Amino acid sequence: MATVDSTVRVGAPAAPGADATAGLSPYRLGLRRLRRNKAALAFGALFLLIVVLCLCAPLYADHVAQTTPNANHVTDTVVVDGVRTDVVSPTGQPIGPTWQGRFLLGADQNGRDIAVRLLYGGRNSLEVGFLATLLTMTLATIVGIVAGYFRGFVDGVLARVLDLIWAYPVVLLGIALGTALALGGITIGPLHLQGNSLLVPAFIIGIVYIPYVAKPIRGQVLRLREQEFVDAARVGGAGPLRIMWSEILPNVSSTIVVFVPLMVANAILLEAALSYLGAGVQPPNPSWGTMISDGIRLIPSAMHMTFVPGAMLVLAVLGINVFGDGVRDALDPRARVRLEEHAQEASR
Amino acid sequence: MTRFVVRRLFSMVLVLFAISVLTFLIFQVIPNGDPAQRMAGRLSTPETVAAIRRTWGFDDPLWQQYLTTMKKIFTGEVISYTQQVNVLDQIWQNLPATLSLAIGAGIIWFVMGVLFGVLSALRAGRFTDRALTVAALVGVSTPVFLLGAVALYFLAFKVQLFPNGGYVPLTQDPLDWLYHMILPWLVLSVLFIGIYSRVLRSNLLDAMSEDYVRTARAKGISERRVLLRHVLRNSLIPIVALWSLDFAAVIGGGAILTESVFNLQGVGQYAAESIAQLDVPPVMVVVMLGAFFVVILSAITDVLFALLDPRIRLSG
Repeated sequence: MATVDSTVRVGAPAAPGADATAGLSPYRLGLRRLRRNKAALAFGALFLLIVVLCLCAPLYADHVAQTTPNANHVTDTVVVDGVRTDVVSPTGQPIGPTWQGRFLLGADQNGRDIAVRLLYGGRNSLEVGFLATLLTMTLATIVGIVAGYFRGFVDGVLARVLDLIWAYPVVLLGIALGTALALGGITIGPLHLQGNSLLVPAFIIGIVYIPYVAKPIRGQVLRLREQEFVDAARVGGAGPLRIMWSEILPNVSSTIVVFVPLMVANAILLEAALSYLGAGVQPPNPSWGTMISDGIRLIPSAMHMTFVPGAMLVLAVLGINVFGDGVRDALDPRARVRLEEHAQEASR
Repeated sequence: MTRFVVRRLFSMVLVLFAISVLTFLIFQVIPNGDPAQRMAGRLSTPETVAAIRRTWGFDDPLWQQYLTTMKKIFTGEVISYTQQVNVLDQIWQNLPATLSLAIGAGIIWFVMGVLFGVLSALRAGRFTDRALTVAALVGVSTPVFLLGAVALYFLAFKVQLFPNGGYVPLTQDPLDWLYHMILPWLVLSVLFIGIYSRVLRSNLLDAMSEDYVRTARAKGISERRVLLRHVLRNSLIPIVALWSLDFAAVIGGGAILTESVFNLQGVGQYAAESIAQLDVPPVMVVVMLGAFFVVILSAITDVLFALLDPRIRLSG
């Protein structure tokens, strides 16, 4: 067990040239640890590459594939290796990957270009993932801090609401809300969401995951509020809002950072699951989930329709998962945040 | 101890009540979701719609409709809107498939999860550990319906090793039942094995720095024995708690995606199909059933742990 790690060296006087860890902020230390984790960085780069590719979707569609994600080419033909071929054969068989500009990765049963839809669908999947994560993290942080700080009645009420969402089967809650909202949209104050808006799945996924983040934050705040620096701030005349904002929040920030990549991964997976069941992104809007679900019905004859978006989805989620794992190891070496315990079950 | 149990039971009932209200409300706020109109069909007269409304009680105030629905659920008379059959009978028919899935997969994912977790911790930082970590991350990054579809394509369509989905009752033909269940079991287990092995691995490594481990080591016990005899016992407790919740969720229709991909006709698939038709009663019942299993099993585990470990009782 006698490994040479940094903790061994901490007490000793820093020799000139040795990397002194004393006096560095936790984030600096974390960044240093993350930089050493080559696998996490490589997978993070993979995810970033996918994000950039998806952002370039309009460029690819205009200049290479010369079509749009929803354009229908059922009756068109395309020249492959000098042979003119139907995009969709008279028997309904879509063309497979052509490995050239048009229909690079084949077409679907409506004669739409899979590669173009893959990039546009990726934009939608990622957008839902990021928006849902933003919503979850914001609300969960507020709820967690408020419940943990005030305790008592406020905590009781908030904890019961969290329990309620927690006990509700995630996918069932998702489809119930998704089906309900896809039909009529929703009006929150001045904001009205159309049923086919991307914000609907993002909203649902964002709500569903709140307890998984709020509970650990609350637990941490319960311990933090008893610490001396909070007492000191109170004695100094700071009100509850000020204490929560400038004393508590900075101390839970590393937990929040650790959760972000893992939540993005889970949100993308849940979007795919909801879309597969028809309660996520609404057709003809593409997303990786809707593309897979279109493809699964035709899997024996046109497996590229499933495998292409499926591979992209797995690569993106794997990339962010491995990266997130590295971030956690770097910022939270004692592994206080255990997201796996519940949140990933959405993709059952 | 009694106080702890009573308090736990009380909050359980409260959560169940809230879940039933929430489910009911979600489907009430759906625009164009008027069940009477859909039951009557497109070519109906306003009179027919009004008559259906009256017989089904859709004109009553919301709270009264809620009470009627709940009463019907508890007396077993709840009828679905679309097919107008008894929902509980329907669920009773679908339960064997879901139970088969849950029990088989539950055993597989627990055993494999613990096995891989222990192996990973024993070889922490070495090749086996890294390989298992990568495998676990791939497992948790793959949606179960994609994995199921790919497995079906290669193992049932290309190489006809397994049947192409469907469920055969155990009582009808045990061998055929097993033949149909193996693929769904494995596919559902993959995700959980990934989760469990990683949770157990970090629990084990955490516990390695505890004082009692140092004592055990100081007595001269081998590292492997310390891990298996002393550390594993303690680290298994949260895994068992996790397992009971997941198992309950799968029984309660939580494995919707697996059931749909393999067309097992289980409880979850029934719920998904009912939601698509905006059929409120079956959804209400399945959601309540699922929540019931989850809440009950989590209460049981809490109480069991409180019995085993007095520290939980005092802080709870």
